Amino acid sequence: MNQKTALFDIHRKAGAKLVEFGGWDMPLHYGSQIREHLAVRQDAGMFDVSHMSRVDLRGPAVRPFLRRLLANNVDKLVLPGKALYSCMLNEQGGVIDDLITYYLADDWFRLVINAATRDTDLVWMREQAGRLDGVELAHRADLSMIAVQGPQARDKTFAALGEAVEAAASPLPAFVAVDVDGYFVARTGYTGEDGFEIVLANERAPAAWEALRETGVVPCGLGARDTLRLEAGMNLYGSDMDTTTTPLESALGWTVAWEPEDRDFVGRDALERQREHGLTRKLVGLVLMDKGVLRSHQSVHWQGCGAGEITSGSFSPTLGRSIALARVSASLQIGDTCQVRIRDKLLNAKVVKHPFVRRGKSCLNEI
Amino acid sequence: MSEIPEALRYTKTHEWVRTMDDGHLEVGITDHAQEMMGDMVFVELPDVGDSVVAGQDCAVVESVKAASDVYAPISGEIVEINDTLRDSPEFVNQHPYEGGWLFRVRPTEESELENLLNAEAYSDVAAAEA
Repeated sequence: MNQKTALFDIHRKAGAKLVEFGGWDMPLHYGSQIREHLAVRQDAGMFDVSHMSRVDLRGPAVRPFLRRLLANNVDKLVLPGKALYSCMLNEQGGVIDDLITYYLADDWFRLVINAATRDTDLVWMREQAGRLDGVELAHRADLSMIAVQGPQARDKTFAALGEAVEAAASPLPAFVAVDVDGYFVARTGYTGEDGFEIVLANERAPAAWEALRETGVVPCGLGARDTLRLEAGMNLYGSDMDTTTTPLESALGWTVAWEPEDRDFVGRDALERQREHGLTRKLVGLVLMDKGVLRSHQSVHWQGCGAGEITSGSFSPTLGRSIALARVSASLQIGDTCQVRIRDKLLNAKVVKHPFVRRGKSCLNEI
Repeated sequence: MSEIPEALRYTKTHEWVRTMDDGHLEVGITDHAQEMMGDMVFVELPDVGDSVVAGQDCAVVESVKAASDVYAPISGEIVEINDTLRDSPEFVNQHPYEGGWLFRVRPTEESELENLLNAEAYSDVAAAEA
């Protein structure tokens, strides 16, 4: 029996096509994935992301705990409400999960972790915390989360949730959250558009969802969420990285805080060795030059040899062509043309800088 | 419930077949199939002149979600393909039984038509999967 979010009945009544994802029954789409995708790029859409877990860490030792647990450095967080994206690594430098940490107070941080990795994450975190006094870990199953994304997302959120939310959330800079009126409103997202992720009590979620829908925010499923994040060049845990890959091999080197040198985070030694020896593989963006659709696990070829594999691929509704993230030999450079095997054909694809789309606009130069 | 026209014949693999005035057979995928797959983004068709064998894959339809093989409902030679789908694969979603047809076949084994399902039998297949 899969888990269900507080919004499950609303999704079902709205005619959502439901799929299993990370142990949850979630909406894939409500009719047309492409229409939902374009609503987020051009107007405003919302996603039930309650399947992701919220974990509150409290106690006097939380900051030192996170300083060791995460590859990014929580000491960057000085303003209350500020968020930080980071990988959580094992000793080999493999990615156990990618997550967002919100700094709420010196003895209170909130993590948002992936659905499918929740159990292993909690075991790992408890094991790591066991060596420290003064860290309490609470999985907040009592909270739901709604992501409202798109150029009109902010205005429509204010119209739906009221003046108090508007007053508190409208001055928020990117990647900062505020607690207002029982809503934890964060200016974060997973689409490449402006907007909010809103954490709220399960029993308030249905009314908030309905209020947002009445202001014209389009309900969107996980299908659109996936094509939006791919266009935005954002990795998906389990597809683009996992425990067998390091952040350096996953285009996430920017999330590893090497300074200060004496911060001994889990996986640091392995990453330093990898950095010294040089990478043999890396994650790049691909754009298909021919007609067709790139999909995960298709093989990438370069100069007549196997050169890697696609980790996420799809048709890009914004660009009208197919795009992918691929883990390839480190010798491939931006601008190179490689080939991707699709069924019995080798089709040409170009290595590009990603993101592919940002704030509704293509980031690709003429190709 | 998806649309299943009485006048057409069907396969268990969700193709439909229409017998045309010139004796050729027009083939597409059913409303049920396009609904299950979601928004179409790419269609790969056989070439005119290709020989196809009943039950073997001969085309591919790809939605945002996944790629899916299309099987020849009947053996024969491809006489025409729906070129408009190259630029407008969404016709398969919008008009699965009209503008969204995939290819036309000149059948070589007319008797194979008898193996196809009528609308009632196909609706049982579709219902079992819904």
